[in-house]
Amino acid sequence: MATPLRREDVAKVAKLARLSLSDEELDMFTEQLGQILEHANDIAALQLDDVVATAHPFGLINVMREDVLEPCLSRDDVLAMAPDSEDGRFAVPRIMGEAP
Amino acid sequence: MTLPDGWEMVVGLEVHTELKTTTKMFCGCANVFGAEPNTRVCAVCLGLPGSLPVLNVRAVELAMAIGSAVHSTISPSTFHRKNYFYPDMPKDFQISQYDLPINVGGYVDLPDGSRVSIERAHLEEDTGKSTHLGASGRIHGAERSLVDYNRSGVPLVEIVSGPDIRSSAQARLYASELRGILIATGASDGRMEEGSMRIDANVSVRHANEPFGTRCEIKNLNSLRSLGRAIDFEALRQIDLLNAGGVVRQETRHWDETLGATSTMRTKEEAEDYRYFREPDLVDLAPDLAWQERVRDGLGPMPAERRAALAARLNEPTSTQLDALQVVVDLGFDVLVAAALDADVDAGLVLARAANELAADAENIHSLTTDAFITTLLMEQNGELSATQAKTVLLELLAHGGDPRAIANAKGFEQLSADSLGDVVAALIQANPDEWSRFREGDEKLAQFFIGQVMKVTKGQANGKAVIAELNSRR
Repeated sequence: MATPLRREDVAKVAKLARLSLSDEELDMFTEQLGQILEHANDIAALQLDDVVATAHPFGLINVMREDVLEPCLSRDDVLAMAPDSEDGRFAVPRIMGEAP
Repeated sequence: MTLPDGWEMVVGLEVHTELKTTTKMFCGCANVFGAEPNTRVCAVCLGLPGSLPVLNVRAVELAMAIGSAVHSTISPSTFHRKNYFYPDMPKDFQISQYDLPINVGGYVDLPDGSRVSIERAHLEEDTGKSTHLGASGRIHGAERSLVDYNRSGVPLVEIVSGPDIRSSAQARLYASELRGILIATGASDGRMEEGSMRIDANVSVRHANEPFGTRCEIKNLNSLRSLGRAIDFEALRQIDLLNAGGVVRQETRHWDETLGATSTMRTKEEAEDYRYFREPDLVDLAPDLAWQERVRDGLGPMPAERRAALAARLNEPTSTQLDALQVVVDLGFDVLVAAALDADVDAGLVLARAANELAADAENIHSLTTDAFITTLLMEQNGELSATQAKTVLLELLAHGGDPRAIANAKGFEQLSADSLGDVVAALIQANPDEWSRFREGDEKLAQFFIGQVMKVTKGQANGKAVIAELNSRR
């Protein structure tokens, strides 16, 4: 049986997702997420040794496309959607570190 | 480089290779290097809301080819989202494979007889490319960053080795052998300078036979030279730290080629910080045995086998010739070299020209026909061209194609006729009577003196062997 969800777990997940939560929101989501995880615990308590884990509702495998070119979007259209651009590229605020 | 007494380095490499598909991994945008920024992008690779990825069958096939070539087990696999925030990844997650990769296990045998195990070789998508603008030119201190998404969604295979490597020389050998294998499968062009093959190195140190130490991951290794230097630097840094009573922190470090040093980039994320979860927009991948077999049957011979085939045609190859063989095979010049050997060109000459002149401009190899290659080498062998002239002709053939004789004529590489060479030699003998008598008495070193003099007079148009023949005929 998994340990119950703690407030600091929710705070950490929120931080990873770049979500800023108030103290009240933290309490609320700790309770709500806790209820969802408890439901998962109910399922984990069942005898399911013979059931294959499912991650997708459809029993499909190997859905693929041929390696064939399709039209791209126009650069002008694409950059017009961005707040800022320069030299045909998207301009973003300076990056604080390198990509993970 | 040797480490201080009693220390051993433990290295594992993560090699990322872009796959040579026509289109990207999950959309029909062209997978090309060097296009105008943001001209090969669509809703999928820009991560626009509502867009859905569809897996490229060719990317799967090439990943299977790589797996087969490194003796992996091709396995049923799934895709996950690796979540993190960085502007070169507009979806805020990278589609990758996590607990169930397409290729599991395997190994690569190296020319020195050692074997490096492969843990996995999985599929994932590449990110966009950011340029950092600012006074310093480095990421730290940049004012703003510009992003080009042409590379976003280009298919990659990441090949993860076991912690089996024990020296920087072995790391380079492994990377070089793997590069040859990747090129041989047709999955990659192996161009490290263009970033189509990139390496991260996990380095730790320990006293021999003790448990593994804490490792650091070094990023930004864009050449075999950087790889070797960075590993040596990092191993010594860790040993100094431990000897001084410090501890190694698990972290990601950046290699600075100019400084010749690694520096902390960030402390290592835990896998759970990436909040991996199944990519709900993609179904499982499970290539059936018939498909796996078709891919395996489609593979040509791998570099080790091809080197052996060429080496078997050499009479007691020297270490220089064996090194040249490796270059020749990695670059796929086997057929050209074999044809030249068939045409009775001297093996040493063939290998030297292939591993040097052809390798220097390998991208243009398509401009050089087998006939032109053989003709140029035979002209050099027969003394019609000097070594310098032959190299010039080869480089010209690579750059613009054409006929070697016509190029030699156009460049004024007149064949120095036997008569005029004879005249030159006769004049030099007369001008240098002491040297000539010593040569006649058996001092062979003086042949080099006369060759040098002939080259000076003929401005390098004479052939060394022809000069020696001329000298000997007058002895």
